[in-house]
Amino acid sequence: MIAAFAFYLFAGVMMTSGLLTIVARNPVHSVLWLILAFFNAAGLMVLTGAEFIAMLLVIVYVGAVAVLFLFVVMMLDIDFSAMRAGFIRNAPLGVLLALVLFGELFLGIVVHSAGNLALGHAASASVTPATVSNTAAIGALLYTRYLFEFEAAGMILLVAMIGAIMLTHRERGDKRGQNAAHQIARRPQDATVNVQPEVGKGVSL
Amino acid sequence: MDIFHTLRAIAVEELISVAVLVLLLVAAWGGDKAARAIAIAAVAVLVGAAVLTVPLLTGGADSLALFGHLKLDAFAAFARLLIYVGAAVTLVVAPAWFEREGEMRAEFSLLVLLAVLGMGIMVAANDMLTLYVGLELNSLAAYVLASSARGDGRSAEAGLKYFVLGSLASGILLYGISLTYGFTGTTAFDGVRAALGSGSLSLGATFGVVFVLAGLAFKISAAPFHMWTPDVYEGAPTPVTALFATAPKAAALALLMRVSLAGFGGQVAAWQQIVVFAALLSIVIGALGAIGQDNIKRLLAYSSINNVGFMLIGLAAATPAGAAAMLVYLAIYVVSSVAAFLVVLALRDDHGRAIESISALGGLSRTRPALAAALAVVMFSLAGIPPLFGFWGKFLVFQAAVSAHLVVLAAIGIAASVIGAFYYLKVVKVLYFDAPTDQVQGTEPVANRVVLLASALVLSPLGYLLTRWLGALAGTAAAALFRLA
Repeated sequence: MIAAFAFYLFAGVMMTSGLLTIVARNPVHSVLWLILAFFNAAGLMVLTGAEFIAMLLVIVYVGAVAVLFLFVVMMLDIDFSAMRAGFIRNAPLGVLLALVLFGELFLGIVVHSAGNLALGHAASASVTPATVSNTAAIGALLYTRYLFEFEAAGMILLVAMIGAIMLTHRERGDKRGQNAAHQIARRPQDATVNVQPEVGKGVSL
Repeated sequence: MDIFHTLRAIAVEELISVAVLVLLLVAAWGGDKAARAIAIAAVAVLVGAAVLTVPLLTGGADSLALFGHLKLDAFAAFARLLIYVGAAVTLVVAPAWFEREGEMRAEFSLLVLLAVLGMGIMVAANDMLTLYVGLELNSLAAYVLASSARGDGRSAEAGLKYFVLGSLASGILLYGISLTYGFTGTTAFDGVRAALGSGSLSLGATFGVVFVLAGLAFKISAAPFHMWTPDVYEGAPTPVTALFATAPKAAALALLMRVSLAGFGGQVAAWQQIVVFAALLSIVIGALGAIGQDNIKRLLAYSSINNVGFMLIGLAAATPAGAAAMLVYLAIYVVSSVAAFLVVLALRDDHGRAIESISALGGLSRTRPALAAALAVVMFSLAGIPPLFGFWGKFLVFQAAVSAHLVVLAAIGIAASVIGAFYYLKVVKVLYFDAPTDQVQGTEPVANRVVLLASALVLSPLGYLLTRWLGALAGTAAAALFRLA
């Protein structure tokens, strides 16, 4: 009972916030609605017992991706009203695409439930025992059997970092770096001066 | 398997990773002034990696490491040595080139080393996940390297094109991998082979095989997935193009061989026609596309498409002899590409600007006889004209195809190689019989000259002294590929 209630709550809020993400006028509001949708999707994942994916959704999507979106939306000068201009004109195409995607999903589910798909069976080593929570199971696989791939993925991230810096970083002549020793060595008497100006004369610096 | 065995098995990966991290710190503190020293250190690292790899060439007993995700056999060792050669040549020639065009970036050598790390993982991969991780490590570094000449718009264009199309190909490959996993229940090559069996293939698994091959065909720039090659080869800085034409090509071809012959080895009929189609189309497109080109880097790009076609004929044979022929061809092709791009690097006018137009090379034989002779040797060798070493690779490949009863394929291939010979000979004609334009000036660093001389000697008829040795190594490597776990 409570599970059904939670499901309809999470699903309802997620659908609503998903809809509001695309119809909100203010792009910042769109991102905030998106974050709400992610949170509710995480709730749905918890309900199905996939708590690891739920945590991933919150940490990766809410924590990193959505905040990144927010940064992009706030920092880039994008004219969103101009982007919306063709909405009515392109709407039939969008509806068509949505119908195609829906048809594919529908067909996929029908074929799968008809049982005519000769899918392979996972090797016994990669089947999770029922007694182990899926976070523990993923961790056990990731840090033993797939340790090499995990470390290699770390090298890929290193490449991404080096590459991004190499392609965008430029030495500029006019930059003024911080010199901490210089700042600490500076005394008040070097920087300030006491004057008593005559009334009406002002100060010449 | 105890931890020391594992650590020893992946010693090359450890060496390169640690070296990259140390050199990264050197680059962070030393800045671009340390670039040349870092390049030299990177070459030393590659030499160290090669020293660690050579003992594997004769084939170890227990080649599986890390739960069978890596297979460090003679085949991986052979492909890795080719990769190290290509990368080392790039690192040797890059500092002089970049210092002339602008500034040599300290990170350049690091990215080359990281790409080499990825390529080493690719050729040793025995699991779809390892394959993908290695491929992405290599590709991501390659995208950055392609656009590393920041002052040049063509370089940025090349990097962007390579990135967009490469990501698309990675997506297709990943889609194929997921379908294969879905229909076999495993990502290990041995498991995939066992699950697919040798009977009729289900429709879903066929789709998986086709998508995996299509994704890999992009990486080896086989037609009809070759469109990016001429633009990327032309736009990328010449030392990077030299890298693209050698190391990643060798790695991707070795990967394709391992996937087709080990992973999908029980289902040769399912992929053989795809490989035959890609082989013939690559040979024809590579030959016809090159005819109208005046830019020598574009010409070499079409030449590489053409050569990939010939190598795929060896793969289509699906026999140990075919695989061995492919490896010999690959080794000769790597040397040819190294020599060709060293000549391209030497083509500069009196202001130090690079000359890429073939028509500007008229009468080079009179102004720069040694350079012209080297280019002529490369062109004759690429065309497969008998006294030169390039003929040997083509001969072995066709021999393997004929003994695998692919006579028609071999016949069409030989006929198409005649078309290819036309544009190679056209370059030689410009070099030797056109009126001198006297545009090529300047001298090359000693290192470039030594490497060029060495590779031209290998391509010359003297190269036939290597056939027995090279054939034995390739035979061992190919046998390792066909050995079932």
